[in-house]
Formats: sequence, C-alpha cells, structure tokens
Amino acid sequence: MSLKGLTPRFWVAAAIVVFTVLLGVIGPFIVHTDPNATVGGLYDRPKCCGILILGTDNEGQSVIANLVYGTRTSLIVGLLAGLFATVIGLLVGLVAGYRGGWLDDVLTAITNIGLAIPGIVVIILVSVSLPKRNIYTLAFVIGLVAWFWVARAVRAQASSVRTREHIDVARLSGAGFWSILMRDVLPYLLSYVVMAGVLQVSGAILFESTLSLLGLGPANATSLGTMLYWAIAWGSVRTGAWWAFFPPTLMLTLIVFGLLLLQSSLNEVFNPRLRRGRAARKKITEEAEEEELEEPIVGEPEPVGAAGMLETPVSSGREHR
Amino acid sequence: MVLARYLGRKVAWTLVVFFVALVLNFLLPRLIPGNPVDVIVGQMAAGGGAGGEQLQQVHEHFMKEFGLDKPLWQQFFVYVGHVLSGDFGTSFGQYPASVNKLIGQALPWSVAIQLPAILVGWIVGNLLGALAAFKGGWFDRVGFVGSLFFSSIPPFALAIILLFLVGVKMGILPVGGAYSFGLSPEWSLTFFGDAITYFWLPFWSIVLVFIGGQAVGMRSMAIYELGSDYVNYNRGLGVKDSKTVRYIFRNAMLPQFTGLALSIAAIISGGLITELVFSYPGLGTLLFSAIGQNDYPVIQAITLLITLAVLIANFTVDILTGFIDPRIRAAQSGER
Repeated sequence: MSLKGLTPRFWVAAAIVVFTVLLGVIGPFIVHTDPNATVGGLYDRPKCCGILILGTDNEGQSVIANLVYGTRTSLIVGLLAGLFATVIGLLVGLVAGYRGGWLDDVLTAITNIGLAIPGIVVIILVSVSLPKRNIYTLAFVIGLVAWFWVARAVRAQASSVRTREHIDVARLSGAGFWSILMRDVLPYLLSYVVMAGVLQVSGAILFESTLSLLGLGPANATSLGTMLYWAIAWGSVRTGAWWAFFPPTLMLTLIVFGLLLLQSSLNEVFNPRLRRGRAARKKITEEAEEEELEEPIVGEPEPVGAAGMLETPVSSGREHR
Repeated sequence: MVLARYLGRKVAWTLVVFFVALVLNFLLPRLIPGNPVDVIVGQMAAGGGAGGEQLQQVHEHFMKEFGLDKPLWQQFFVYVGHVLSGDFGTSFGQYPASVNKLIGQALPWSVAIQLPAILVGWIVGNLLGALAAFKGGWFDRVGFVGSLFFSSIPPFALAIILLFLVGVKMGILPVGGAYSFGLSPEWSLTFFGDAITYFWLPFWSIVLVFIGGQAVGMRSMAIYELGSDYVNYNRGLGVKDSKTVRYIFRNAMLPQFTGLALSIAAIISGGLITELVFSYPGLGTLLFSAIGQNDYPVIQAITLLITLAVLIANFTVDILTGFIDPRIRAAQSGER
C-alpha cells in the first residue's frame, strides 16, 4: 500500500486525529495551569490571551486547562479500553473460530449473550457498584463490555480461513496451535482488526463521556464528559455560557468524527470491492460501456479481511452504533 | 411448521438472555464490599436529615425487602419473585415512594419520544442512503459526508448544540422539561399543544443522529450490492436497470433490518442522555438523579427495563425478519 492510494478523506481524518492527540499530549505542557485551580469567578467570559482564553467554568477554573487535560483523559480511557476490547475480542474470536468444537460453542454462546445485553446496562451496574472509580477502572469496565463485536466478526473469518489449504500445509509441517493462529490465520484478519480497533477507541470515548454525563465519570480526573456534566448540571447552556459547554462538545465531536472518518477511509483502502462497487454503480446509472473490471488478484472468491465484513449481514459496518 | 420452530428458538434464546440479565442485575450491585443497605443508610445518616429512629426503620425495611439476612441464592429467588410480579421495591432516594410509581411517571415520556424517533429515523435514513447510492455524484458526496457527520456526532453533543441554538439563542422552542409550569399531564388538546413544543428538540436530536447512521449503512450496502455478480449477470442478460434496482433494494434492506436490532441499544442509551440534556422527565433524567443519590432500586429497575426494551425490540426484528427473508425459513428447515 503506497501513500498514493490514500484518499483525501484519509488525510482529513488523519489531520483531525493528530490534532486532537497533540492537544491532549502537548496541550497540558503549554497551558501549564492546574485544571483544579480556581482562577476566576463563576462563568467568567473569555478574555484574550492566557489561561482565560476560554473563560472559567462553574467553579472558577480555567476552561482551557480543563479542556486539554480532559482531552488527555478521554484519549487515555479510549485507547486503553479500545486496545483491551480489541485484544480480548481478537483472542476469543481466533480461538473460537480456529479451534471449533465445544470450545467454539461455549465462546460463541458467551459472545452472543454479551451482544444481546446492552453494554451500557452492565457498565452502569458495575460503575455504580465500584467503591472507587478512576480512569483505569473505567477503561477496564468499558473494555470488558465492548469486546463481543470484535469476537464475533473475528470468529466468522477465522473459521473461514481454517479450511484453507495453507493451514493444512502449516499443520503438516508441524507448526503448533498458537504458531498457526498468529502466523497463518491472523495476517488475513489484520486489516479488519485495525479498523475494529479504531472503532473501539471511538466507541470507548463515547461510552466514557456518556457515563460521565450520567454522573459516573472518573472521580480523580477531568475528562471531556465530566466537563459536560458540570456544564449541564450548572445550567451553562441555559444561561448562555457557551464557553463552558461548547469546547468539550466540539472536542468530543472532533475526536469521534475523526476516528470514524479514519476507519471508513481505511476501509476503502483495505477493501477494493467497495471501490469496485463505485465503478459498477456508475455503470448502472449511466449505462456506460464495459470498462476495465480489473479484479484485484486476491479479489473475488472468499470474503476474508475487510471485504468479508460486508459479506456477513450482521456485521455490515453497522456494528458500532 | 418451519416458522413455528424458528419462533420457538427465538423465544427460548430471548428467555436465556433475559435470565442472564436478571442474574447480572441481581449480582453486580451486591458485589460492593459490605451490603448496599448499610452503605446507603450510612450515607443518609452522614447527610443528616433523618433521625436515628427513622434510619433504624429504613434499615429494617430494606433488609427485609432484599432478604439480606438470608443466603445469596435465597436472595436471588426473592429478587426474581419481586421482579416477576412487577414489583421493583422502594426507592432509597425518595424513601417512602415506590419505584413502580417513579418509573410509571417517567416511562411514558421516554416511550413517547424514542419510539417515533426510531421509526422515523430508520425509514428516512434508509431512503436517503439508497438514494445516495443510486444517484451518485454530488448528491452522494454531500449526503454521505453529511450523514457520516451526523452519525458520528455523539448524540448528546447534537442535543446540546440544538438546545443552545434553537432553544436559548433563537428562543423558538422551550429549553427544558416536557410541559409548561402550571399544567398537568392530561388528555386534552391544550396540554398536547403545549407538550409538543417541548417534544420537538429532544425528538430531532435523536432522529438526526439516527438518520445519519442508517443512511451511511444503507448506502454502503446498496453500493456493495451494485457491484455483485447477479447485477452483472442481469446486465448481461439485458434486464432493465429499474428491475435490477428492485432486487438490489430488497437485498440491501435485510442487513439494515437486522442492523436496526443491533443499533437499538445504542439509540436507547443515547436517547436517555438526550432526555438528560433537555431535562425531559423520562427514564434518562430519573436514572441521572437516581445515580446521584445512589438509589440502587431505581437504577436496577431502569437497567432492567432498558434490557427488556432492547430484548423485545430484537425479538420483534427477528420475528419480522423470519417473515420477510425466505432464506431464514429455508435455512431453518435445512432445505437450502
């Protein structure tokens, strides 16, 4: 895959994501203010230049300081939870799909039950019960309910890869169970796993802010969600203090939008069929004459990798919302 | 009876999931170190307001209601018995009030806003997505990016922005609650006319996000179908496009239909937060205040209701899919 193959959409998405990450990583060093320090009154208007550039919140704290630290917290929770969920889902899906048999039945049953019970319900129940909530327990809990999607999709593909000939070759040459999984099965799924990981991260960030809005956010840190929680609880929307609620809203939207855009542009890169679909669509609407219908070399036969995701109706990219 | 067997399996499956949800609902809050009643009563005592004797009474009431003096498995049966008879117990936060009453007040508002929102969003979203896929060109580009944007905005973010712009800045629609002060819910035209103005903002914030998600899904399904073999084959045979499009639409529709079941949990939880933003007196707002007060019985009742709503929705979609999609019936009877 060369850089030329990347669409403008990819570059826009990458720019947004890089921007938010930089804000979260470098921001706190530039802003240099404790987000918990009181620097003004209730909802002071933004003043040019300095820590009051976005005014103050309901506790007289600097909004810009909270914003950069909050972005950092939200990104950390999202990354940890997304990584956690993807890894568990990948392992469960690989083992279930490749091993088959009773283990597959058990793991699939667990996955299906996990999918049927709304994640938010389990998260609320666990969070309410936790004696202490910090960003790590939060990330753990979110990861714990989010892996089912990945597991189901990975399982479907792993079990289709299992019947291929090169697996038999590997087995005959004496490769072990894990070695086959990692070296002969996993590479076929890698493009999908990367995309699923991106989706998981954005989903986890959304989950975190939803929980924070309900009042179940991390107790020891500012996140974008807890900023919104206070902004709504103290009626900043109604009193017109836009600087208290707009920056975190915008930030969250940017992060989530950027990640989803990244995922969908990666999808087009990894999945030639989506692009071919475009060409075919043009034909059916304009009835142009036959044009190159070049199959990508691996193309047609069995849907594996990113293409397979569109094949199975259940996971037709709708899986996230 | 192929369909009957299909239905039977779906019913059994739904019951299994419901049972697991019940166990989780029962078990998770009991994992707190100590027992929840001690924790709550301790907090009530620390917060002041209630006298020693009253606290004692509250404590005894809850110990009895949850059967906390019995072993865990007996507690579970007590819990299941209560739930199955539709009794969710007594609220911690607003003590003598029963949870049923609180839920009863909140639930109609949530249903009134979410059910129409889901139906409207699904229909409009799919039409839009299919149109974008067929038309192509600038319509597709604008429609796709727009839908992608709306679908990836966090639901509450759109709610906050709408509330601020339309409610606060322009002052067109009321900013919070469900009806004007001084009115009380009743079946009259005046009340309805008043309540509908409060209805629009939360309704549209849920619908717009949902339309976006559905349109994006439908577009990619339709585009994918457009590139598939039977379309090429039809073209080779010289079948008219208008006829092929019908097949495409039908095939692209099915995954969208199953997709509806899968996305329902996300819509419902997004809707709850939207209610919160508009202080709409539904389950979301009730959940919010219950969490603030550590009101376990109310929280448990609401989480169970959400699970139930999602399960029923999934079940309905499964059943309808069974009727719509001939392949499912065929697959069940093995006559593929």
